[in-house]
Amino acid sequence: MWMSPDEFFAMGGYALYVWSSFGVCALILLIEPLAVRARCKSIVKRLKKEILADQLDKEGSK
Amino acid sequence: MSQKNTLSNKRFMNWFRLSSPMTFYPVAGKLIPFFWVLAFLFGVAGLWVSFFVAPIDAVQGQGYRIIFIHVPTSWMSMFIYLVMAGWAGLGLVFNTRLSSMMAQALAPIGAWMAFMSLWTGAFWGKPMWGAWWVWDARLTSELILLFLYLGFIALQASIDNPRRADKAGAVLVLVGVVNVPVIYFSVKWWNTLHQGASISMTKAPAMAQTMLWGMLLMALALWMYSIAVALMRVQAIILERESHADWVRQLGEVKS
Amino acid sequence: MNALLGIIHRDLLLVMRRKSEVLTALFFFVIVTSLFPLGIGADGALLRKIAPGVIWVAALLSTLLGLQRIFSADYADGTLEQMVLSPQSFVLLVAGKIVAHWLVCGLPLVILAPIIGIQFDMDAGSLEVLILALLLGTPVLSLIGSIGAALTLGVRGGSVLMSLIVLPLYIPVLIFGAGAVYANTVGLDISGHFSLLGALLILALAFVPWVSAVAVKIAIE
Repeated sequence: MWMSPDEFFAMGGYALYVWSSFGVCALILLIEPLAVRARCKSIVKRLKKEILADQLDKEGSK
Repeated sequence: MSQKNTLSNKRFMNWFRLSSPMTFYPVAGKLIPFFWVLAFLFGVAGLWVSFFVAPIDAVQGQGYRIIFIHVPTSWMSMFIYLVMAGWAGLGLVFNTRLSSMMAQALAPIGAWMAFMSLWTGAFWGKPMWGAWWVWDARLTSELILLFLYLGFIALQASIDNPRRADKAGAVLVLVGVVNVPVIYFSVKWWNTLHQGASISMTKAPAMAQTMLWGMLLMALALWMYSIAVALMRVQAIILERESHADWVRQLGEVKS
Repeated sequence: MNALLGIIHRDLLLVMRRKSEVLTALFFFVIVTSLFPLGIGADGALLRKIAPGVIWVAALLSTLLGLQRIFSADYADGTLEQMVLSPQSFVLLVAGKIVAHWLVCGLPLVILAPIIGIQFDMDAGSLEVLILALLLGTPVLSLIGSIGAALTLGVRGGSVLMSLIVLPLYIPVLIFGAGAVYANTVGLDISGHFSLLGALLILALAFVPWVSAVAVKIAIE
C-alpha cells in the first residue's frame, strides 16, 4: 500500500504526530526493562560487597 | 530441602508452594524470556497490521494509525489496575508477601501505560481536533487513573515498614478500584453537561475488521510485555526485600 | 451509642481548646476563594460562572487541611492505640471522629459558602442549591478523606501525600456538587445530581468507617 519509503515516513502529512506517538512509546517500552535490569544488577553488586565484608570480618576476627 | 525436586517430579504443582518468594524467584526467571518472545511476536504482527494491512481512513487519513497504540495502552492501563488490585487484595487477605510484591511490581508499568495513553491521545487530538488536550470523558478518566497509580506508588515509597506499605497500598488500591467506575461515570456526566462541541475519541473511524485486529494484536503484545517486565521487577523486589535470607546469598549470580 | 456521642463530645472539646487549628482551615477557605478574582479579574459575569467550581475546589482543599488533625494528634500520644484496644467497637469510634471532624470543618464551610457566593455575585436560587449540595457533599469529603488520613499516619510528608491520594477520590463529589449548582443556573433539572450525591453519602456512611478503621489498625501495628 505504500508506494515508497518516503511515503511511509511522511504518513500523509501526519508524520510528526504518528512518529512522536509511536516513538515515545517505543522509547518508554525500551527504557523500562533496562531500568529494572540496572536495578537488579545494583542489588546483586551490593549483596556481593556485603558477603565479602562479612567474610573479611570473620577472617579478621579469627 | 528438596524444593527443586518437588517442583520437577510432581505432575501438578502445589500452587501454594509458589507463594514463597524463594521458590518463585527461579520460576520467574524461567518464564521471563518466554513472555519477551511472545511480546515480540505479537508486537511485530500488530505493527505489521497497523502499518501495512489496515487501510487509510476516509476522514482522518494516515493520522488515525495512532489508534493502534492509543487504544491498547488505554486498555492495558485499566486492566493492569484491576490485576494490581487483585494481587494486593490477595496479599491483604492471605497475608502472602509475594502477592503484595506482584502488585508493587505492576504499578509502574500501569502508570507508564496510562502516561502513554495520554501522550498518544494528545498527539492524536492535535491534528484531528486542533487542541493538544481535549477534556473528553475518556482522556480525563485516564488522567485520573494516572493520579491513582501515582498515589499508590508514592504511598508505598513513603512507608518504611514493607509489610505496612503492602497493606496500606492494598487498602488504597481496593478503594481505588471501587471508585474507578464511579469516577468514570461522573466524568462522563460532567462531559455531557459542559460539552460544547461533541468530540469523542471513540467515535473514531468505523471499525474495519483489520483495524480491530491491529488493536487486539498490539494489546496482546503490551500484555505479554507487561507480564515480562512485572516478573523482572518482582525479582528485583524479592532480592531487595529478602536480602537477609540465606537462599539469596546462595544464588548463583551473588556467589560468583 | 454512648460511645459514639462520647467520642464526638471528646473531639469537640479538644478542638475547643485549640481553636486556632480549625479556624486556620476556615480562613484558608476564605483566602483561596478570594485569590481567584485577583488572578482572573473582576468581571462579574465570569465570576458568577466560575463561582460554584471555585467554592467547591476551595472546600475540597480546606477539608484536606482539616483532615490532618483527625487521627494524628491521638496517634502521636498513644490514645489511638488505646481506642483500638478498648472494648468499644473501633468502627464506631472512627465514625464518631469523622462526625466530629465534619462538625468542625465541614459545617462551617456550609455556613461560610453563601457569604463567599455573594462575593461572586451569585443569585439566591444558586446559593440555595450550593448550600444544599455542600450539606450533602462535605460529609462525604470528611469520610473519604479519613481513609487517606489513616493510611498516611505518621508517614514522612504525610499531609502532601494524603492530598495526592484523596483528591482523585474527591472528583465525583466535586463533579456532582458543582454540577448541581451549574445545572441550576442553566435551568436544567438538578434532582439527578442530588440523588447521586445522596447515594455517595449513603454508601460512604455504610462502608468508609470500616475501611478507615482497617487502615488505622494497619498504621498502628
